[in-house]
Amino acid sequence: MYEFLRDLDRRVIFSLMAVAVAVPILLQITPPEKATPIVRDAFETIEALEEGDKVYMAFDFDPASAGELQPMATAFVRHASEKKLKIYFTALWPVGPQFIKNAERDVIKRDFPNMVYGEDYVDLGFKTGNEGVIKLVANDLRAQYPQDARGTPIDDIPMMEGVGSIRDFEVIMNVSAGYPGTKEWVQYAVASAPDDVKLVAGCTGVQAPLLYPYYPQQMSGLLAAIKGAAEYESLVLGKYGRENEPGMYQEGLRRMAPQLSGHILMVGLIFVGNLVYFMARKRGEA
Amino acid sequence: MMKRTIPMLLAMAAGIVMILAYFFPLLAPLQDKTTVWFNILAAVAFILGGGNLLKVHLKKVSDRREGWAYSMITLAAFVSVLAIGLFKLGVNPLDEFPTQRMAGDFRAEGSGFWYVYEYVFAPLTATIFSMLAFYVASAAFRAFRAKNLEAILLLGTAFVILLGRTAAGVFLTDFLPEEGMLANFRLENLTVWIMNNPVTAGNRAIMIGIALGTASVSLKILLGVDRSYLGGGD
Repeated sequence: MYEFLRDLDRRVIFSLMAVAVAVPILLQITPPEKATPIVRDAFETIEALEEGDKVYMAFDFDPASAGELQPMATAFVRHASEKKLKIYFTALWPVGPQFIKNAERDVIKRDFPNMVYGEDYVDLGFKTGNEGVIKLVANDLRAQYPQDARGTPIDDIPMMEGVGSIRDFEVIMNVSAGYPGTKEWVQYAVASAPDDVKLVAGCTGVQAPLLYPYYPQQMSGLLAAIKGAAEYESLVLGKYGRENEPGMYQEGLRRMAPQLSGHILMVGLIFVGNLVYFMARKRGEA
Repeated sequence: MMKRTIPMLLAMAAGIVMILAYFFPLLAPLQDKTTVWFNILAAVAFILGGGNLLKVHLKKVSDRREGWAYSMITLAAFVSVLAIGLFKLGVNPLDEFPTQRMAGDFRAEGSGFWYVYEYVFAPLTATIFSMLAFYVASAAFRAFRAKNLEAILLLGTAFVILLGRTAAGVFLTDFLPEEGMLANFRLENLTVWIMNNPVTAGNRAIMIGIALGTASVSLKILLGVDRSYLGGGD
């Protein structure tokens, strides 16, 4: 047994991981989720807004991290739409606009057909310049976005009336996979007007430890990795329903089951690996 | 002069404007103008980046260096996606301009660029990222050893976080009360505590260190002491 474990082929481990991830997906298991305070705060920040309030929705991620971030982006858009907020989409990553298009197609046009482009939501598109864009938006949004992603001058867009800088938005909702992302929004947008600008964010698991120091002073709430998305989804589902309708509004919750089995397998592998290590030490092999 | 002194003076002037604008609001428009220039330069950098990519890989192919076939694939992918996007191949015209194909959105559903994104780019990047799970599992089995006190602490923290970030955490410590001192030992609460305290404290220390380092380097650049960003090695 010792020799078998010591010489365990990595393909066995790969196969175990494949099974651990595949089985819960195939069986469609969804474990229950209870929101942690940091996610609840993000939810409550949006809940506290009034109909017609403006939210700046920045999608700063790409398909590589969409597995973690797409569910929270969907949940953010749904929550803002349910609250009848005015949504201003932007992206600092070149492929970000594709996620804006997906949100428009899958959430807004499908479930909120009464929302009108230019009156209830607008796509300001991608801008290059990383934190330079944020810095300019913090002072003069119109200089950065003279027109929307469709080429319409922003003076011709009704919901752009009275919008001059980031201070004119009630909340920034950012979904970020790295640089430029949440950290830059804190450093250049929130820091420019700490009393006027609120930020809630969703980020990947590896980014989360870097962002915790900003909560709760500079960031009102944070959705960390797929668990954060699942917790937020559970809160949105609890408040606005559709919990019996499987689909994109439960993607985060659905992905918690493979995460659970994957994590248990990892713990098991680490435990067995250490068992092998101590046995090898006892035999004088390590 | 044109290669070093003028760029250095421009960098110094832009940096000083950015700093002074924090203290003198009158300079804010100048600060915004500088930021606009920066953003325009960043856009130009995309073109330079594309040109550089072409140059590097064409040279590799022409020299038949090891792995030149991969460079061919890179060039083919780059040129074809660029052409699909620039010439709006497969784009459906807008309702307002039914005869003007080029007026359509190149990212709209059904366009050539959309197909490349949906069926090539997105699945490829997602696949590469998802393979991490397999490699991390294999690495954890072989390398995550309780060799000393620090490794044991790391191992213990990893166990708490791995379990605490799933429903297993709730299930395993469900016997503990939800209120009172013992509630702190529930795995989900322990995870939150670890993230809020040791992790945050460590990260704050790193961030303060980085900020001090950045301030120091910025000052050196503004004063012209550090010219390494101009190239040339000094």
